[in-house]
Amino acid sequence: MPSPSLAIEARSLVKTYGRLRAVDGVDFSVRAGEIFGVVGPNGAGKTTTIECLEGLRMPDGGELRVLGLDPRRDGRELRERIGVQLQQSALPDDMKVWEALDLFASYYRDPAPWAPLLDRLEIGDKRNARFAKLSGGQKQRLFIALALVNDPELVFLDELTTGLDPHARRAMWDLVRGVRERGKTVFLTTHYMEEAEQLCDRVLVVDHGRVVALDSPANLIRDLAGEVRILFTAEAGFDPAPLRALEGVARVERNGDRVLVAGRGDRLICVVINALDARGIRFRDLRTEQPDLEDVFLALTAEAGLDGGAR
Amino acid sequence: MRGFAKLAWIEIKLYLRQPEAAFFTLFFPLILLFIFGSIYGNEPSPFFNGRGMVDVSTPAYLAMIIGSVGLLSIAIAVAGYREKGVLRRYRATPLRPAAILASEVIVHFLMTLLGGALLIAAARIVYGLRFPGRAVVLLAGFTLGAMSFFAVGFLLASVARTARVAFILGLVLYFPNLFLSGAAIPKETFPQAIRSAGKFIPLTHVVDLLQGLWFGDPIGQHLTEIAVLTGLLVLGVVVSAWTFRWE
Repeated sequence: MPSPSLAIEARSLVKTYGRLRAVDGVDFSVRAGEIFGVVGPNGAGKTTTIECLEGLRMPDGGELRVLGLDPRRDGRELRERIGVQLQQSALPDDMKVWEALDLFASYYRDPAPWAPLLDRLEIGDKRNARFAKLSGGQKQRLFIALALVNDPELVFLDELTTGLDPHARRAMWDLVRGVRERGKTVFLTTHYMEEAEQLCDRVLVVDHGRVVALDSPANLIRDLAGEVRILFTAEAGFDPAPLRALEGVARVERNGDRVLVAGRGDRLICVVINALDARGIRFRDLRTEQPDLEDVFLALTAEAGLDGGAR
Repeated sequence: MRGFAKLAWIEIKLYLRQPEAAFFTLFFPLILLFIFGSIYGNEPSPFFNGRGMVDVSTPAYLAMIIGSVGLLSIAIAVAGYREKGVLRRYRATPLRPAAILASEVIVHFLMTLLGGALLIAAARIVYGLRFPGRAVVLLAGFTLGAMSFFAVGFLLASVARTARVAFILGLVLYFPNLFLSGAAIPKETFPQAIRSAGKFIPLTHVVDLLQGLWFGDPIGQHLTEIAVLTGLLVLGVVVSAWTFRWE
């Protein structure tokens, strides 16, 4: 069953807390070398799933293979080979950055040199700063450094950018891409759809502990909310009728001199522009609107009967 | 093992970086020593059954250090680590969970020893402290008392959800233990009723044991104290093993 090209295999994963089925029969597999994201509303089971994979929680059912190991049985050996950034964790307030790296490096058989790691994460100048004095972004960078200190094959990042400003968030994305470029597999959870769209090769959408969808962000967007909208301003006397007959066009709406053409397909925009050009119709301010993963997510989790808390 | 040693070393540094913890463990006993030492000196006195005040008070202050480290330092440190998520982060490494807890015990015991050593050194240099007992036996009694109160500290950390609650619970237990046990104020000054009530205060047994061993009593005279403290140790370990939460 274990396959060398798969970093993670989960089958019928179940975790219950009392009567709540936090993870309710989840199946997926993660290929070695990909950035795999889990998205879902708060309470959907993202953190429970990631902590089962890390061996920090005992699943109640299903089969798990992480780097060919069973997290239930081989927790210590697994933690030797994975890097973990937890959603809620801290270090002692008075611990200095270099002490944290030195300490965590000593927990592993074969640690990476941590000084270059700090430089790469741009906190090299903070090595003598105490944990409590670091900004939110610096703390996250430190936690990433700790997650990489054993040179892991697989890195888990649980809501890496929550609470960071947009600039710091983008810097984190570059860091995560850098981790993958070093040949590591990244498993992350997020509730920012933009983050999943920008970063992930494949996205698992979960809600109420179940899988709602699993695909690349582009496919999810195309398959599940595949409407493309083209907006432009036309001159007076514009007749929308010929556009309605075009292939792929679902509807054409006019609001004053502003025209909206909605339809499906990657070629829609070419078809519409060619048609306008062929008929000598003058237009300006043309732009397209495409649904993003956020729209997909809202549509999917609404289908699953969710009542809010999605963002 | 390397990770464990490093964790213990960093925990020692962290302990000494917290002024309040270091104050109660290392300096407060010295302050008491100098206040009462300067008032009463260490001449043998009939009030202390022919012993010097400093000779009688030093083992009592050792008990005080044990009480404050167990009921306050350990309880607050462990509850705080859990509350903030430090224990969670440590647990996500290959380090054994038992090693994390053991490092807390060892570090706090070393700090208790350091506090005791400073106290004894100061009392010896300034007041000519006399020690007629046997060092090994005293150390064994000291260790038993410390482990019993550390176990209670873990119990408090298990029961308390936050460091703040642990602090309050610790204080509620610490003050009666401190003042009714004879750890801070010599028992010789107590009326009989309070001395009797003191038998129900756990720290009294540490004070009695350490004072007895300090003056070279045979261990056989202190089986009650040893039994009470062993019972406390077992109770603390069993209940905290049962109720302890990592998060």
